Amino acid sequence: MDFRYLPMTEKDKEAMLETIGITSTEELFADIPEDIRLQRAYKLKQAASEMELEKELTDLANKNMNTKNISSFLGAGVYHHFIPSVVHHMISRSEFYTAYTPYQPEISQGELQAIFEFQSMICEITGMDVANSSLYDGGTALGEAINVSYGQTKRKKIIVSETVHPEYREVIHTYGRGFQLEIVEIKATNGITDLALLEEELDEETAAVVIQYPNFLGQMEPLQKIEKLIKDPKTLFITSCNPLALGYLTTPAEFGADIVVGDTQVFGIPAQFGGPHCGYFATTKKLMRKMPGRLVGQTTDENGLRGFVLTLQAREQHIRRDKATSNICSNQALYALASSVAMTALGQEGIREVAYINMQKARYLKSKLIELNISIPFSGAFFNEFVIDLKQPIEKVNEKLRKKNIIGGYDLGKTYPELEGNMLVAVTEVKTKEELDLFVKELGDLYEN
Amino acid sequence: MRTKNYPLIFERSKQGRKSYSLPPLDVPELKLDDEIEEDYIRKNKANLPEVSELELIRHYTGLSTRNFGIDSGFYPLGSCTMKYNPKLNEDIAKLDGFSYIHPYQDPQTVQGALEVMYDLGKHLREITGMEEVSLQPAAGAHGEWTALLMIRAFHEANGDMNRTKVLIPDSAHGTNPASATVAGFESVTIQTNEQGLVDLEDLKKAVGKDTAALMLTNPNTLGLFETEIMEMAEIVHDAGGKLYYDGANLNAIMGYVRPGDMGFDAVHLNLHKTFTGPHGGGGPGSGPIAVTGELAPFLPKPLIKKQGNTYVFDEDLPQSIGRVKPYYGNFGINLRAYTYIRTMGATGLKKVSEYAVLNANYMMRKLSREYDLPFKQHCKHEFVLSGKKQKMLGVRTLDIAKRLLDYGFHPPTIYFPLNVEEALMIEPTETESKDTLDLFIDTMLQIAEETRLNPEIVQDAPHHTVVKRMDETTAARRPILKYDL
Repeated sequence: MDFRYLPMTEKDKEAMLETIGITSTEELFADIPEDIRLQRAYKLKQAASEMELEKELTDLANKNMNTKNISSFLGAGVYHHFIPSVVHHMISRSEFYTAYTPYQPEISQGELQAIFEFQSMICEITGMDVANSSLYDGGTALGEAINVSYGQTKRKKIIVSETVHPEYREVIHTYGRGFQLEIVEIKATNGITDLALLEEELDEETAAVVIQYPNFLGQMEPLQKIEKLIKDPKTLFITSCNPLALGYLTTPAEFGADIVVGDTQVFGIPAQFGGPHCGYFATTKKLMRKMPGRLVGQTTDENGLRGFVLTLQAREQHIRRDKATSNICSNQALYALASSVAMTALGQEGIREVAYINMQKARYLKSKLIELNISIPFSGAFFNEFVIDLKQPIEKVNEKLRKKNIIGGYDLGKTYPELEGNMLVAVTEVKTKEELDLFVKELGDLYEN
Repeated sequence: MRTKNYPLIFERSKQGRKSYSLPPLDVPELKLDDEIEEDYIRKNKANLPEVSELELIRHYTGLSTRNFGIDSGFYPLGSCTMKYNPKLNEDIAKLDGFSYIHPYQDPQTVQGALEVMYDLGKHLREITGMEEVSLQPAAGAHGEWTALLMIRAFHEANGDMNRTKVLIPDSAHGTNPASATVAGFESVTIQTNEQGLVDLEDLKKAVGKDTAALMLTNPNTLGLFETEIMEMAEIVHDAGGKLYYDGANLNAIMGYVRPGDMGFDAVHLNLHKTFTGPHGGGGPGSGPIAVTGELAPFLPKPLIKKQGNTYVFDEDLPQSIGRVKPYYGNFGINLRAYTYIRTMGATGLKKVSEYAVLNANYMMRKLSREYDLPFKQHCKHEFVLSGKKQKMLGVRTLDIAKRLLDYGFHPPTIYFPLNVEEALMIEPTETESKDTLDLFIDTMLQIAEETRLNPEIVQDAPHHTVVKRMDETTAARRPILKYDL
């Protein structure tokens, strides 16, 4: 068996052993106590050649139904948007993807500048003052945000709307364990946060209010009204936002958000079974030094040339250790780059246009489903997702749709018991009118039977 | 030398240029302002750059040439395992059947993906000597925190509510104490002895009824194997604590010894280090955790199980600490790691560690002619030198690092671990040839000579990079974190 990644030759090995003054590499491991040494080989699958492995894994990939081949109406936090070719080409530059965190700015200006531009674009889209270099994903970014609200206010009560993504809520429950935060969930009415219940729950112990915009059910939350309810100036207003929607919708910054988080998967990142995606974290100048994660700042070199460096590192684990604002030490640089390239490709007109097309196509589908007498439980404004009430088990519906080569929407009964029989349907720019009409037809056939 | 700033993408922007194209709207257009209140329709456009497709490509290609990756040259960044990132892995991860699949598809429609995850889990259990695994954590630090939350839940489930302390050697990665804090623990620092190993006496003093866990990297960040690991395990276990293995240095011991056989109860793996998921310029990574049967009930949910010939998600974990991340982990990175493990097999992975350790020892012996070597024993996959001899001549470790840039190398990790003065932490990895190592060694020896004969050339380095040393003080004092549009 040859190992194409290992350049060691017998001759080199001998020369190296001689330099070290030993006769066998075993001597280098002699300090590992005998009784704990592994006395056998690992029991793993046989090593495979490049040709065999490519075949085997391609076969496995082909076992999966992929949304490029089959029409899918799944969204619920992860979306199939069109990815221009330039994205793949740029993130495949190995100077980017085989580099590590830019600790040596003189030879990392490419990555540092790309991140600086990413931070700038996130600020533009969200309307916030500062953004970090990215976090693992939207859900963990929300987890970091509630920890920041605790760090800032020293309060432990976090109010979160039930219309926030169910898995994001699960994640913040877990994140809250560390500092023993109290996570209080607020029920929804007509698909949006119940404002009366929210008002009741707000008190002088509240560290933060967490709202998703547009929310998990696709509906636009009344951020303006919510912000007015938060009377205590110490309580932080945290919003989790689909950044593509902000191409058309008013920014959370204009509604007084203190922290805006979300996922840039919508810009140039395929669903890839849920990860890696790319979390963003944007906030106000006031909270800048409380931010988790890497930050890139602009400065100059000894000759006065503009350049970029990792900055405000006194917040971080490698300097502050147990006093750091977060334990995070990586970011999603490569996918922040993918998103930057995608955002650049769109430009200021494109982001609005794509958002607009998403909204138009979603509304077309909704109108056609209404013609079928399918009931639409929530009447508020929405972005590119909406709920339909099929009054039958969604799992069964989706099974039937699958036979027609359609992946149906998200089964809301799984996470909202009161929405049993309801489906969350997502429509993006990749859906053609024919696909939408076919979905209506197939659903109509099922619905009648 | 360049005398002009490299433009920002915003500075290349001209109104009216575009690099996207969309098909015409094929559905009847509705008036949206009938539905959406005026206050919610964005008035000021997001000022994203407007460039043509070629301008976009030139911009980012230009940026890539201002960046140094493993494919550019030797990258002996200690503790980061900067090994070759195989191209096959990248191609596999980009297959439509893996990249265009949605996490909420019916498991029946993604059996290929589930099989990869299940099989990867199985391989990682064997490599770590553990009983159960979760692929959910997104990176090493995330894995550390996840396992600490589990250890806390384990103690609490036993009615053991006062285990508030996590013991951490002074040589540990900064993430260890930071993760302990975020998981709600207080960290206690354990001293390193003169041999560069954990001071057992200090450990005995620190351990007690309030000990939740000891976090340990073995080999440690000095690249030295903690030979008294079984004694340490006994001390901690006797006190009722758990042993946590920071898998950052697993590249040193594959096929030789397993964390599970060393008495560890939980371990995270950095798939982007040992198992070649690329570092991506800082991420994404992937940090699966593997644990003993005793800790398994507390793993994040869901887990992947095999029922007959079908792979399913198991959500039925009543004692689980919950989700640490939406969906199932960084699937794309896990897939690359799986491809790598399948390429190497058991024999290959053992050779990886054998050669990683051989390379490190070879370099260590050769470099110790000029640079102070604080710990004399054989090292594992990495070693730490001290630049204190050079410092006496007015050249700091930072200067040496910057001088290496002139010679086309990425410098080692510097000023870490904290317990070595002017530290230079070097990890060559197994994918580098003797020729490359020799070139680097010669360069380091030459820099030592320059330090004696012509220290200014080292102190003023780098001389040949696109920018010179950066004013980091001003960057932190007056932060500019975005382009001012």
